[in-house]
Amino acid sequence: MLWYLVPSVIMFAAGVYGFCTRKNMIALLISLELMLNSADLNFVVFNRFLFPGSMEGMVFTLFAIAIAAAETAIAIAIIINIYRAVGNTDINSVKQMKF
Amino acid sequence: MGTTLPILILAIPFAMFLILGIGGVKMSRKLAGILGICANGTLAVLAYIVAFTYFFSGDAAFILDGVRQQVQIFDVTWLAFTERMVVNIGFLLDPICAMMLVVITTISFMVHLYSWGYMEHEPGFQRYYAFLSLFTFSMLGLVVATNIFQMYIFWELVGVSSYLLIGFFYKLPSAVAASKKAFIVTRFADLFMLIGILVLSYYVSHTPADGPLGGASAFNFLMLNSNPGNVLASTVGATFMGGSVLTWAMIFIFVGGMGKSAMMPLHIWLPDAMEGPTPVSALIHAATMVVAGVYLVARFFPVFCIVPDSLTFITVVGAITAFYAAVVACAQIDIKRILAFSTISQIAFMMVALGCAYNEPVEGVHYSGLGYMAGMFHLFTHAMFKALLFLGAGCLIHAVHSNNYTEMGGLRKYMPICHITFLIGCLAIAGIWPFSGFFSKDEMLAAMFSRHWFWGAWMTMVAGLTAFYMFRMYYMVFWWEENPKYRESGHKPHDAPWQMSLPLIILALVSCVAGFIPFGEFVTFNGEPYHIHIEPSVAATSLTVAVAAIALATVMYAKKNPLPSKIKNLWPGLWTAANRRFYWDEIYQFITHRFIFNIICRGIAWFDRHIIDGTMDAMATVTQWCSVRIKGMQSGSIQTYVIWYFIGAVLLAAVTWICIL
Repeated sequence: MLWYLVPSVIMFAAGVYGFCTRKNMIALLISLELMLNSADLNFVVFNRFLFPGSMEGMVFTLFAIAIAAAETAIAIAIIINIYRAVGNTDINSVKQMKF
Repeated sequence: MGTTLPILILAIPFAMFLILGIGGVKMSRKLAGILGICANGTLAVLAYIVAFTYFFSGDAAFILDGVRQQVQIFDVTWLAFTERMVVNIGFLLDPICAMMLVVITTISFMVHLYSWGYMEHEPGFQRYYAFLSLFTFSMLGLVVATNIFQMYIFWELVGVSSYLLIGFFYKLPSAVAASKKAFIVTRFADLFMLIGILVLSYYVSHTPADGPLGGASAFNFLMLNSNPGNVLASTVGATFMGGSVLTWAMIFIFVGGMGKSAMMPLHIWLPDAMEGPTPVSALIHAATMVVAGVYLVARFFPVFCIVPDSLTFITVVGAITAFYAAVVACAQIDIKRILAFSTISQIAFMMVALGCAYNEPVEGVHYSGLGYMAGMFHLFTHAMFKALLFLGAGCLIHAVHSNNYTEMGGLRKYMPICHITFLIGCLAIAGIWPFSGFFSKDEMLAAMFSRHWFWGAWMTMVAGLTAFYMFRMYYMVFWWEENPKYRESGHKPHDAPWQMSLPLIILALVSCVAGFIPFGEFVTFNGEPYHIHIEPSVAATSLTVAVAAIALATVMYAKKNPLPSKIKNLWPGLWTAANRRFYWDEIYQFITHRFIFNIICRGIAWFDRHIIDGTMDAMATVTQWCSVRIKGMQSGSIQTYVIWYFIGAVLLAAVTWICIL
């Protein structure tokens, strides 16, 4: 089981690192998806090894993938709108929502 | 009798208050006036029907073996604090209640009719009628109360409506001050009344439910009045400063009555209450408000009798007040103030009569009913002639546009109706046969003489003073010397329109004949009829004193002469003191402003400003300081948030891990 979880941890760490360091919003979105997928992987692995008789983890993962797809569509739409408004997709160019 | 009529009697004035109060601004003056007058006329008719049914129908529910019964027409539970402390709302019908229904609705109807002429050009006419209806409603609710708590509720409502009406001309600072004064003084007295009610009901409700008092509500008048001995027994052993607790409770309850009835030293609000419109003064002084205190004592009479010390207290307070007010009335210039002080004096007269209704026990019976009957009789006759005098004074003010008799004089030729009716009122209050005041005052004096000769003599002197100051005012207004202003200016004073003259004539007629009502057949302390017989010696004494006083007034004031100013200059200090009402207002002013406001309130204000406000301010300041410091963390950069979030999550995981280990 451990050999399945190690890639998941690596994926998650890569996602966090990418989210915190990249400037492009598309790259942020990709990092976000990476974190989400590592969580999905965990669901599947735990379901397969700890509760082999049931299917909940698998089904939950399918749901999570579907919702992630929808969420990505919304995020892309927001990014396109921001691009139209400010002319680039740099995350540091949308800092207006503060104190 | 069904419950329809009694409910209507309470519902009509309340409904009128709501209709005129809410919809009044949309109505024309005429519509509002007619609505108010018609509603009150209907109300008076209904009250007459109820009183007539009670007194004359001979129904066994109302009169049993010649004894008039006290009947609770209905009594609905409203609030149940504990098993015994239950507040009901109901309608208690008994002789004094039926009598008061007639008095209140009659005077209220007269005042409504009169106001139509008097208030014609005043702004806020509809509001005025709404408040009059509220006043009538509260007083009716007060007299029909089945328990002391219901009475207390309506008692406060009376205070509120008097506040609204006294302050009716709310643009005048003096009217605002007067209404505040009336409200605060009577509220202060009501505080004592509430304490008295609570003490009484605490002891009564702590007797066992299977005891002699039964399981009835501890506030109920019928229960308290039918077993005064058991009420006393329930408080036995509990004393406070040498008096039994029941005595203190009854005295405290009476202090509430002192406030409303303007007994000394709580009388100061009443002369200032003259700032209200004159018909309101008639209503306050004749039928509502000030008689509430007398009614309270009459309502609780059996319980007062079981603790005679409280009756002695009532007698002493009443006697001092009656004399004080009569003396002050001799030195006033404003005719409404003279009438105000005469009201205080006459109400005190009733209080003394009630206080003197107690006799030393003869074969276990404590009270002679004479003083009680006489006090109620005087309440009835006084309501009629005092309303007459106030409405007459309103006509004078309407004609001359001044409250002071110095602006009047010689008005008898110009205002014949007002003159005749006013004279009848003066004769009635002075106690001249055959006007109504003679009969009631004679009965009261007889009761006082039978208690102790001192009270009789003292009050006879007050009666003489009454006759003197009333005729002093009468001569100064209608005789003395004609004010030259009438001739010089084109505007001559004249009699008022019919809406104002008609109530005067009706009330004058009532004052002429009311004395011949066999009042003792209707209203007595125990419901058994009492046959009034004129005590020749008392009647002769009081009549002689009254006639002598009127003769003195005639000599001094009938024609312009230097005698009054000579007498005034004999003791100028005395006259000034009486004119300034013996400085009671100044004393109150001194105590409240110099002592209470300056010393006590200043400390409280410091505490409020520095400790209470300071705590609140400190909390706000600290919160603000913190938020200014940390607001930079909200940078708007989403990546910073994620880093903080990640650190927090890792820390939480670490803490959880440590805890599990």
